[in-house]
Amino acid sequence: MSTTTLDTSTAVTDQTPAASPARKVRRRGERGLAASFTSHGILIVASLIALFPVAWLVFLSLGPDKDDYLHPGRIFGRMTFDNYVFVLRETKFFDWLMSTLIVSLGTTAIGVLIAATTGYAVSRMRFPGYKRFMWVLLVTQMFPIAVLIVPMYEIMSELQLIDSYLGLILVYCSTAVPYSAWLLKGYFDTIPFEIDEAGRVDGLTPFGTFARLILPLAKPGLAVAAFYNFITAFGEVAFASQFMLDDTKYTFAVGLQSFISEHDAQRNLMAATAVLIAVPVSAFFYLVQKNLVTGLTAGGTKG
Amino acid sequence: MTVAIDRATGKRRGGREPRPGPLQRLKHAYHKYWYAYAMIAPVVVVLGVLVMYPLVRGFYLTLTDANSLNSARRIGVNHIDATYKFIGLDNYADILWGPTAYDRFWSHFIWTIVWTVVCVALHYAIGLGLALLLNQKLRGRTLYRLILVLPWAVPTFVTVFGWRFMLADGGVINSALEALHLPAPLWLEDPFWQRTAAIMVNTWCGVPFMMLSLLGGLQSIDSALYEAAEMDGASAWQRFRHVTLPGLRPVGSTVVLLGVIWTFNQFAIIFLLFGDTAPDAQILVTWAYYLGFGQQPRDYAQSATYGVLLLSLLIVFTSVYRRWLARGEQQLAI
Repeated sequence: MSTTTLDTSTAVTDQTPAASPARKVRRRGERGLAASFTSHGILIVASLIALFPVAWLVFLSLGPDKDDYLHPGRIFGRMTFDNYVFVLRETKFFDWLMSTLIVSLGTTAIGVLIAATTGYAVSRMRFPGYKRFMWVLLVTQMFPIAVLIVPMYEIMSELQLIDSYLGLILVYCSTAVPYSAWLLKGYFDTIPFEIDEAGRVDGLTPFGTFARLILPLAKPGLAVAAFYNFITAFGEVAFASQFMLDDTKYTFAVGLQSFISEHDAQRNLMAATAVLIAVPVSAFFYLVQKNLVTGLTAGGTKG
Repeated sequence: MTVAIDRATGKRRGGREPRPGPLQRLKHAYHKYWYAYAMIAPVVVVLGVLVMYPLVRGFYLTLTDANSLNSARRIGVNHIDATYKFIGLDNYADILWGPTAYDRFWSHFIWTIVWTVVCVALHYAIGLGLALLLNQKLRGRTLYRLILVLPWAVPTFVTVFGWRFMLADGGVINSALEALHLPAPLWLEDPFWQRTAAIMVNTWCGVPFMMLSLLGGLQSIDSALYEAAEMDGASAWQRFRHVTLPGLRPVGSTVVLLGVIWTFNQFAIIFLLFGDTAPDAQILVTWAYYLGFGQQPRDYAQSATYGVLLLSLLIVFTSVYRRWLARGEQQLAI
């Protein structure tokens, strides 16, 4: 895309300068060489800063010794995938993968299923209590974990849901549900109202309009909300650290900590695990990131 | 049964009828809106059970002296009942102006404010700068964007450990600083440098979101405005000041609000970067967590009190922010 725009701009400028040869005519959006260099320079530096910590983690994961992070020079001579083999074979990596997936997918499914009709209702209908309801949805999204963690811990212990997947899923739903409703409202707002009206003219009830017309159109929005729920649950640290006791039920966010909170810090194994966790999530993130940003910011309400 | 679709104006169509009695109004409202209520019912129920009930219960805990020694608990097969008692507002008084309140609350409070302001300012400034650079015609723009998003793409709990390796004494950052004959601070031990390190890592993690949102905002500004400004002889700075910045306000005000909320509530970075080793670098959220779960005996009541105070702060801030925006006839996108 960028190459085509570049081509046209140069093609046009080639024809113009004949008129005033002394003064270089610059088209709008074009810059001098120095400005171009500065832009590229800043962007390259910024890219390096963005890239380096991640690249460093990958690099350290190849070093065989747990203190190699202090002597990175040594790693070059003896790069090996032994850490990865060890993590996959000897640690509880697959247990953690399992529990992370159960908790994240459970949260995702419940969050989106419950929130879908609400997102539609607040996008299309105005009812008494609408403003108050939107306010509640907004406020629940900004709950600091400190507000809920203590009472949740008490309630979950009473229900004997500590150290159970269901307990953690329920806790995550307290943020995932309002958040999904909010995101979905934003997406439903972008679907033309005419479609609803057409459905109504054809005699569909509001529920029918939602289920038959809007829901199929809203699949991308549902996907974004689902993905957002997934990464939020995936990366949550505070609740998972307290509510999961058995080390086979740890999510990745807790399991990764256990490498250094034990008596000796196995940093090389930790780095390898970190890379194994990061690769699939990041890959998936890149697939949907564009929709995610629009969903988060433009998913707005007027009034 | 008419449908209450009203194109986001929120106003009822038609003129105002004489006000009927309350019972009639209730019945009328039920007939008119029952499907709207039916549709939001699942979320209302979930919020009631999963948010309101714990919130009320948490608020009750703040009025007691509950800790892990007097709460209901189970040792083996024996169930021990809760023995904590009601003490009124003592927890609030103790936190806000009790003995050593400065060390326990106000020092963390000031640091939390500094942390939020500095982080959001850095996020916004760097994010806007990069967004402006990426908004030009530039070779390799897509590639730059993909690389710059990386800190957001990788889960925070992973990258924080990468930073921890880098910042450790003898790690790559200090080695580099020493090679350049610069002082090598103790990033993970000294209170001042702990705070600097926390801000640094959070800035690194938070810039991509700001950058992408602001880039979206920049691209939505009508280019005719720039042409008109240029025709009127506006300099580059004037175009930025009077076209770009006002054009960014709808997106900008939303991302700043989100940024403030997220940074204020940021748990993972400080918790994972320092663990229990940095009492001075704890913001209120991580400090409340430490009180409730990081020490023995666990002080549930005080931890919950911090939670309630934090939530009140955020609600006050959000209300003031929204009102302040509404005064300038700005519609917040959230």
